[in-house]
Amino acid sequence: MIDFNDQNFDQQVIEADLPVLVDFWASWCGPCQAAGPIIDELAKEYQGKIKMGKLNVDESPQSAGKYMVMSIPTVLIFKDGKEIKRQVGFPGKEGYVKILEEILTNG
Amino acid sequence: MDNQATVYDLLIIGSGPAGLTASIYASRYRLKHLVLGSQLGGAVSWAAEIENYPGFKKISGLELTQKIADHVQSLGAEIENQEVVSLTKNKDFFQIKTANNQIFMAKTVIFASGTQRRKLNIPGEKEYLGKGVSYCTTCDGAFFKEGKVAIIGGSNAAAMGASHLAEFANQVYLIYRKEALRADPIWTQRVQNDPKIKIIYQTNLVEILGDGNKVTGVKLDKVYENQDQLILDGVFIEIGGVPGTDLVGSIGVKLDEKGFIHVEADMRTNIDGIWAAGDVANASGEFQQIITAAAEGALAANSVYKYLSKTKGGVVNEKQH
Repeated sequence: MIDFNDQNFDQQVIEADLPVLVDFWASWCGPCQAAGPIIDELAKEYQGKIKMGKLNVDESPQSAGKYMVMSIPTVLIFKDGKEIKRQVGFPGKEGYVKILEEILTNG
Repeated sequence: MDNQATVYDLLIIGSGPAGLTASIYASRYRLKHLVLGSQLGGAVSWAAEIENYPGFKKISGLELTQKIADHVQSLGAEIENQEVVSLTKNKDFFQIKTANNQIFMAKTVIFASGTQRRKLNIPGEKEYLGKGVSYCTTCDGAFFKEGKVAIIGGSNAAAMGASHLAEFANQVYLIYRKEALRADPIWTQRVQNDPKIKIIYQTNLVEILGDGNKVTGVKLDKVYENQDQLILDGVFIEIGGVPGTDLVGSIGVKLDEKGFIHVEADMRTNIDGIWAAGDVANASGEFQQIITAAAEGALAANSVYKYLSKTKGGVVNEKQH
């Protein structure tokens, strides 16, 4: 699990070779606390296929602003530097798996 | 994991105050049990501040959740962060399947899965979700610093939400369809006295407006200060919950006319071996409080204990102590 932030976002997310899942969260957000451990599990299950990490919107407001994240938890998935999928709210593990499988299948 | 071999005395579905309190009592009754839930704390974890739970003058929902969960775990019970996807009954036991494809068997079930947020179902609501439309003031209030926002609803949660939003935004409109808020007077007075909050009564939203990228305002069903539109940065929807009863419907659990699980005074449902507690059940009417949920969880666990003591050959763990 990687901590993304305003400083390393370009290098870690935009320039990455694999698709990247970014979990936008904050300490005050209840549903984010539910999503966090699920993202941890998924990071292990999809190791080598999809890179995953978290971005604290309180500490990295520029990235949240740039990608218009106005609700958390929000998960964005990037491929080749571009946002290809957005999930607002916590959809449960099933919900995330569905999105990840779709991305791996459809490229 | 080899869960198929284990038969629990009790499976608790839901990890909010009802489910967690049921677990505290179940532990003390030495029932072999497990809590399964997809959101620890349930709706409570969304609350900015709770001021009506005895023993705590003021505590955040997240902190109270953590304290209750610590209490549960200190008694040796496990809380699994798993979503239940099916509930069936074979000859002797209930069988529960989770999103991780794990299967759990139990003699009894307490269903405490709470509610899901009610939606307005108006144009723009879905389109601008996460782009100014939100259902969680504690999560998203901070994105609207110095902005203009509206919050829809008249309950304690709506008034609390308005008050929380006023800590960030410059202007908060609290919009409610009736002529008076249904929040407790202590909350009503607080929002009435907050210079940043304007209450608009007897008004509904017709549409959430946006520029394609984000929310720009709302359209009202009547004129307010000479206009039927408000210019806004965000819209928060706080109009209560709908019970999540899909799982129990398939097994024949009786619901009331509003869709909540019908329970008797001891929290039993019409299905032998299934109890319900908390916001999903109709025990407290629409008075959905943490303390009522906790009390119902305790009652349900007590009923399960009595039931297992009389039937099914007693409880599994009784010999341990």
